[in-house]
Amino acid sequence: MNTQQTPRPELTRRDFLKTTSTLAAAATLAPGVFAAGSDTLKVALIGCGGRGSGAADQALSTQGPLKLVAMADAFKDRLDGSYNELKAKHADNVDVLEENKFVGFDAYQKAIAMADVVILATPPGFRPTHFEEAVRQGKHVFMEKPVGVDAPGIRKVLATAEEAKKKNLKVGVGLQRHHQRGYIETIQRLHDGAIGDIVAMRCYWNGDGVWVKARKDLEQQAGRPLTEMEYQMRNWYYFVWLCGDHIVEQHVHNLDVVNWVKGGHPIRAWGMGGREVRKGIDNGEIFDHHYVEFEYADGSRLSSQCRHIPGCWDNVSEHVLGSKGLCDVGGYRIRGAAPWMFNSPGARDPYQQEHDDLFAAIRNDTPYNEAENGAHSSMTSILGRMATYSGKEIAWEDAINSNIDTMPAVLGWDASPPTKPDANGRYPVAVPGVTITV
Amino acid sequence: MCCALGAAAGASLAGSVAAAAAVDFATDVKSIFEMNCVVCHNPQHSQDNGKFRLDSKEEAFKAHEKDQRIVPGHPEESLVYRLTVLPVSDQKHMPPTKNKPPLTKEESEIIRQWIAEGANWPDGMKLAIVMRVDFVRDIEPILEKGGPVAEKSRDILRLWLAQKANWPAGISFPNAKAAAGASAATGQQIDFGRDVEPIFAQGGPLTDQAKKTLGAWVDQGAAWPAEDRLGPAKGGAQAKEMELVEQIHQMIVASAKEKTQADMTAYTNTIPGSKVTYAMAPIPGGQFLMGSPASEAHRSDDEGPQHEVKIDPFWMEQCEATWDQYELFMYPEETKEAAPSEGVTNYTSPLADAVSRPSKPYVEMSFGMGKSGYPAISMTQHACNIYCQWLSARTGHFYRLPTEGEWEYACRAGTTTAYFFGDDPAKLGDYAWYSDNSDFKYQKVGKKKPNPWGLYDIIGNVDEWTLDQYAPAYYQQFKELVTEPWNKSTKGYPQVVRGGSWQDDADKLRSACRRGSSADWKMQDPQLPKSIWYHTDAQFVGFRIMRPLRIPSALEMYNYWHSGVERE
Repeated sequence: MNTQQTPRPELTRRDFLKTTSTLAAAATLAPGVFAAGSDTLKVALIGCGGRGSGAADQALSTQGPLKLVAMADAFKDRLDGSYNELKAKHADNVDVLEENKFVGFDAYQKAIAMADVVILATPPGFRPTHFEEAVRQGKHVFMEKPVGVDAPGIRKVLATAEEAKKKNLKVGVGLQRHHQRGYIETIQRLHDGAIGDIVAMRCYWNGDGVWVKARKDLEQQAGRPLTEMEYQMRNWYYFVWLCGDHIVEQHVHNLDVVNWVKGGHPIRAWGMGGREVRKGIDNGEIFDHHYVEFEYADGSRLSSQCRHIPGCWDNVSEHVLGSKGLCDVGGYRIRGAAPWMFNSPGARDPYQQEHDDLFAAIRNDTPYNEAENGAHSSMTSILGRMATYSGKEIAWEDAINSNIDTMPAVLGWDASPPTKPDANGRYPVAVPGVTITV
Repeated sequence: MCCALGAAAGASLAGSVAAAAAVDFATDVKSIFEMNCVVCHNPQHSQDNGKFRLDSKEEAFKAHEKDQRIVPGHPEESLVYRLTVLPVSDQKHMPPTKNKPPLTKEESEIIRQWIAEGANWPDGMKLAIVMRVDFVRDIEPILEKGGPVAEKSRDILRLWLAQKANWPAGISFPNAKAAAGASAATGQQIDFGRDVEPIFAQGGPLTDQAKKTLGAWVDQGAAWPAEDRLGPAKGGAQAKEMELVEQIHQMIVASAKEKTQADMTAYTNTIPGSKVTYAMAPIPGGQFLMGSPASEAHRSDDEGPQHEVKIDPFWMEQCEATWDQYELFMYPEETKEAAPSEGVTNYTSPLADAVSRPSKPYVEMSFGMGKSGYPAISMTQHACNIYCQWLSARTGHFYRLPTEGEWEYACRAGTTTAYFFGDDPAKLGDYAWYSDNSDFKYQKVGKKKPNPWGLYDIIGNVDEWTLDQYAPAYYQQFKELVTEPWNKSTKGYPQVVRGGSWQDDADKLRSACRRGSSADWKMQDPQLPKSIWYHTDAQFVGFRIMRPLRIPSALEMYNYWHSGVERE
């Protein structure tokens, strides 16, 4: 986890040349980092769940020669399942020898070393560390959102993003709405003034909740009791240090869209939240609803709701009100003086598009760095959680400079995670008015 | 006739004749005529072909104007040979190229040789219409399924074997346990368990030795033990699933009340363990003309030709299945623990709990269009099938999706016009939600007027899943009355949805209009493997359930509920 700036011995000649030329004259190095777009790009997958496997599938579906050469996951069974799926779909491009399948908490370092491009798709708590290591080793990166779950992590991502720019490394972040034509065209119109000044915003991720891995099922499958660390890693969605709460893990998509429309992040937030029905033994410590008001630099406010409760009003969308009209951003629809609606038969899969765009930038050596935006959008969602957990008004500056680090001091199967269950198997839950979040 | 074995093998599988020997009508020629010609050239066929019958010796040898179909000793003068070797682009080519693949060179050659040798057709030997077995469509599902083989499946297997058991390159069953190689030599008495089962269990291309063994087995009558269970599934997940289906079947049979169509009345049922209800309307058995006439406005070629279809009595759900119903299936255990439903006490159903459940979706699947009272959407056909299994286990009634034929029969409700209310789409707004009145979203079920058989939203609102694989030319094979047709899926796409949706214009809501699913319907599922439960991009697809009066066998239930093609 230390920030090392010195090149490691394994640095390739190409990386060495790149680094020295960066030092010599950053402005002159743009073309020719890769000899040609026809070079075979070696890819490593870090985090072999369903989404990681999907991202690797999409990476391997981009133009030009590619090889998946290494895989890493905390769990061997997850890695093997992912390998089988990928091998079945990309027989010729999946070339992962048994010795290049790395398992455990430190597996990522070894997999990163073997690749030109790394896909970071573990639970988001690990993202800052993995991103830092990938850039330290001089690799291009695709990382899933969110890019961190706490302020120290976000600061690490922002510092690493700068480092990546210096090393001319391309970084994609899985906020795929930025690669979705309907969103791009709608927001372009908003930026062109289609509804005037944006004065009020709303966004939602209200749904029924996601998967749960029950301890009893996991232990039945394993045929033995799990250590607390194993359990939390398997059922990671319900622990803040791994997931960030659903406001961070999911709602970041909608908050990111509003930041995109506004051209910046909010400056402060206040809100409320709790867990009304999410009280199961395997529901860890996260809330089931958050309501947050964010204030932007121009004084406009965003009302944001996210909820994981079945049977309620469900909605996933973003809406903005302008001085001259309204826009349903995710519905690609503008009402007001100049009504407009995006209509695209045969729209592209945005998850494929984000990889097409990243790999094209790598092969053509064009500027590509989504890390800073990813960090600011993730921080926006963390700010929201800080507001709902504490019940207090929180300023962006205080939030991003917070030293509350959620990561465990030691990572290992017998190590202590940052939160532990009581005698009844229940975890402490944030209490607004009492819990300190900054 | 040995074409399917490939040139290398060169021997006839069914142990009949060597290529050089005299051609025998019964073993060599008959099946070529039966598979390729008699389907049209028979007395029942309504069109001109009926005049050129090939189903009996007397008819086949009749002269027709100046041409004769069979001139013994002179193949070049015989139409049954000559027309098969015309270029396929020739309109006179037989079989008609738009319906069927041409005969292979070997098949034409057998006909030629048979005529040259005197065209001996044993007196009294009649020909029947025989399906040409297709490995991927007909055989692979049987072998992959494992478990007990239905009588019908056995017949298909026998037919396939009789047709040379062609096993396409690249097809194998990775889960099959490697079995001891078949060692039986031709001429030896074939034992199913010792000789045949290992061949199927092994999967993959058949060796010449395996083909010989199978051929000998067929020659000996293809005896198939009643208790057989084919290789891959032995003791596996499918066998366990079959046991569960058998238990559900027993429960349904034990609680069955209605015996005849006269016993069938409309009913409303509460899903046990909840306060959620659903209503079923009786649909009388009968016969109808499926598809649309060429004269119908906006008609597409896949809607024809129109053909007579016979449908057995059943109940159809009056409304499209709602989220209220579907979420009971989607959200089982942890929801129960977190928030026990009010008014529901200690309901348990071990059988229903044993049915698999959908994974939780990552995105919100109603897409903000509303839940309570609104139709459930975005599920796969597989998800509907398992929902039906779950609901059957909970209620003791057998439920499944309708076939495409049953759906159109229920939608038409005895009408023959483009819509069940006539041909004029101007009235559509009284009966349906579609692009003109839906406000870009689905609407609550049951708010418009029903069709004559009391079915609400049977057109519009959401498309409805059927059990069938979509094949544009599927109707072309039906030349006579067909009972309960079902084009069972052999691959994941396309499968049929019917009725049109809130997104569609009026022409897509016509009773005969067909639509096939596609892989695009999972475009925004970013995972690998993609979910077998959700079509993230099909926000216009829902379903309604049906219940046949006749309770099917446990095996039939298994086949309705388990398409076997849910994985991408």
